[in-house]
Amino acid sequence: MSEQAVPKRNGFAWRLRATSVRARASEGRSTPEQRRRRRLGQILVTILVLFFALFPIVWIISASINPTSNMANQAFIPPNASVANFNDLLNDPLHPFFLWMWNSVKVAAITSVLAVFVTMLTAYAFSRFRFRGRRSLLLTILLIQVFPNLLTMVALFLFLRQIGEYFPTFGLDSHGGLIMVYLGTQMGINIWLMKGYFDTIPRDIDESAAVDGASHWQTFWSLIFPLVRPVLAVVGVLAFVSTFNEFILARVLLRSTEQFTLMVGLYLFIDQNFGQNWGVFAAGALIGAVPTVIIYTILQDYIVSGLTAGAVKG
Amino acid sequence: MKGKSTEAREGKPSLASLTSSLPRLALRLAALGIIDSFSILLIYTFIHDGLWPLAALITVTTVIVNVINLWERFYPLRWMSGAVAIILLFVLYPIIFTVYTAFTNYSDGHLLTKVQSIRRIGQDTFLPEGGVVYSWTAFRSPEGEFLLWLSDAEGNAYLARPGEPLALVTADIPGMGVFDEGGVPTAIEGYARLGLVDILSILDSELAPLEFGEPPLIIKIRSVREAAQLQQRYDYDEESDAITDRLTGIVYPANNQTGFFESADGAALNPGYQITIGLGNFERLLSSPALRGPFIQIFIWTIVFAIVSVVSTFALGLFLALVYNDPTFRGRKIIRTLLIIPYAMPGVIGILIWRGMLNQHFGVIAANMVTFLGWSPGWFTDPIWSKVGILLVNLWLGFPYMMLICSGALQGIPTDIYEAAEVDGATRWQAFWRITLPLLLVAVGPLLIASFTFNFNNFTVIYAYNEGRPPIPDTATPAGYTDILISYTFRLAFESGRGADYGYANAITIVIFLIVASITIFQYRFMGMWEEVSENV
Repeated sequence: MSEQAVPKRNGFAWRLRATSVRARASEGRSTPEQRRRRRLGQILVTILVLFFALFPIVWIISASINPTSNMANQAFIPPNASVANFNDLLNDPLHPFFLWMWNSVKVAAITSVLAVFVTMLTAYAFSRFRFRGRRSLLLTILLIQVFPNLLTMVALFLFLRQIGEYFPTFGLDSHGGLIMVYLGTQMGINIWLMKGYFDTIPRDIDESAAVDGASHWQTFWSLIFPLVRPVLAVVGVLAFVSTFNEFILARVLLRSTEQFTLMVGLYLFIDQNFGQNWGVFAAGALIGAVPTVIIYTILQDYIVSGLTAGAVKG
Repeated sequence: MKGKSTEAREGKPSLASLTSSLPRLALRLAALGIIDSFSILLIYTFIHDGLWPLAALITVTTVIVNVINLWERFYPLRWMSGAVAIILLFVLYPIIFTVYTAFTNYSDGHLLTKVQSIRRIGQDTFLPEGGVVYSWTAFRSPEGEFLLWLSDAEGNAYLARPGEPLALVTADIPGMGVFDEGGVPTAIEGYARLGLVDILSILDSELAPLEFGEPPLIIKIRSVREAAQLQQRYDYDEESDAITDRLTGIVYPANNQTGFFESADGAALNPGYQITIGLGNFERLLSSPALRGPFIQIFIWTIVFAIVSVVSTFALGLFLALVYNDPTFRGRKIIRTLLIIPYAMPGVIGILIWRGMLNQHFGVIAANMVTFLGWSPGWFTDPIWSKVGILLVNLWLGFPYMMLICSGALQGIPTDIYEAAEVDGATRWQAFWRITLPLLLVAVGPLLIASFTFNFNNFTVIYAYNEGRPPIPDTATPAGYTDILISYTFRLAFESGRGADYGYANAITIVIFLIVASITIFQYRFMGMWEEVSENV
């Protein structure tokens, strides 16, 4: 569970908004003996679970600096450690790793900027205007989102293929088409998320601006926009990460090596020649994983609490 | 906090906002003009090619965008133009299209609309009996345009260009250079004569596909020496809705039951075209044992996979959340951060790393199992162990998420309940089962259901682990032991050995959707989420 799980965390916040945040002091009336045993258990669990969670990571780091293909019983730091795999990775004309990385960054960046822009205007309208059909429109957007986007992958494939015959920029095997598809899959949940945050900005601001004769656009641009920048940044980053990590739709919609995103490229790279490419793949996997891991680590508090708290204050 | 004045401000834009918006009005109209002219061009093209659904889609989208941008009463919707267009085009339309194709024969061999199919068939040509044969010489302009010098058996010479009628060469045509001994000019104004070497290098790639002259008299190059006058082979008659073969005289009436032009003896012209076949795809699924067998097998595994994934990740995540819910345990924050890494990584990369570790030849897990146990299972070849491997990988990918949400939910359980329980003499174990778990489930229940539907369609882990392999033997279409429904539809659509069958694949998609939708309705209905969400609007 990677990209699709991101929105779910926001759903979580809806459930929890009413409950109080109180840490439970569990160390009430236990004896020192009990406490010591519990501490021992905690340490044991920690060792085991850290091993389970991190062993694959350690192993891939080790494999990436191991120039030989004997990886079954390698030491963590191979005796002949080198950056040979990284060199091979960057100089393989058949597998243009840099190009894939660039494609991924490009697609993810454009998607996230467009998503933030389009969603921001929509969320503002839903939050600030009262008009007929507003409620049903909002609920419709939520309902459409129930249909998992992966289910339409065959339709999207056929749709883009037809479009491509007239308009190759948005057809199959094009980044334009892929970006539009990604925009569609994230739109609904992002609108809800941002609208929730917009709702927390006091309306007094709009009203005093209106008294001063500001148009809606002026109000939005010079007063609201600076206030909602944090949520825009978070939505943008999340859109970037989930797009960067996405695999299946890119696999279905992209066909040629030069168009691949990093995930598709890495997958096909290792799928074709499992044993031989392993060290090189390890190097690529590391480089590919580092950005999103860093972003998640930095944003984990936002993701878990900060953002969702903003989204639910009614 | 719903401000009344904002509502009042609605329908009555002040004079100030009207005047300041004049330049923007012009800008808006210009943008709409560009969008509209482009859309009209697209709609015209789609209608011309018989792509009615696409034409309708573009029409509806364009009309909506125009209406909300021109009528002042739709002002709020104007802000949503972008979102509305994207949702219509890339979310709603694919859903409708999925449903529509489930009731058609859309597949390889039936990719085109009837109009397109007729046009494609019409491109076939043949050499009629007594057709004229020419010897030819090719000339090429610097721009790469070709010109043929043709001479027939009677000694007449013609000039032929693509798309223009044949021109008889008479003495007074200007621009001819010196004639060689064969009576062919060595150069024609603006064109250079091609030598044999040049011709051989471009004969198949460039010259042979060209059609010289004007329909129905088409001249094509047939060999290095010979060009011939060809005739369109198939003739479509709209009235009888049939195609006649001019070469053999056989009539192929359109058979709208099969989506082919078929002769009386059953011979069909390729390509066929799309037709709606009602419930045909669903009937195939239910009636053909070779299709039904793997479907049921895959269906059961899909449910098992989703349930085991949710339960295992939830159990481990909850356990860890309980362990680290102890404020006196120092370093728990850094440990939690480290434990999130599997979840923070791109899923595909995580799965591929596990694939390497489980690999029989060099994988660290497989090798150590052989060393210490003297045995290692077929993680990718054995049906059962492949499933175990997938569940293991999915546990690794998913437990951090469950840990995060469980930690959050635990914080929300009030402490006094535990104190009361302790007074009543409850053990920790009882407190967990009677208090913690029920209260926790109330909070994270909807998320567990969402996680179930997510895993129900967790294509990434299935595909990246082993692409659904190992294969189930003796099935009508390829299917694997670890395939779930969504990866099975992917195979039907893109990997079937007998050609893609999009219609059938989408019929299965509908089945998946019905299952997912009923689970989601349950989720909203019985968990009271819908009411909560609706209030929040």
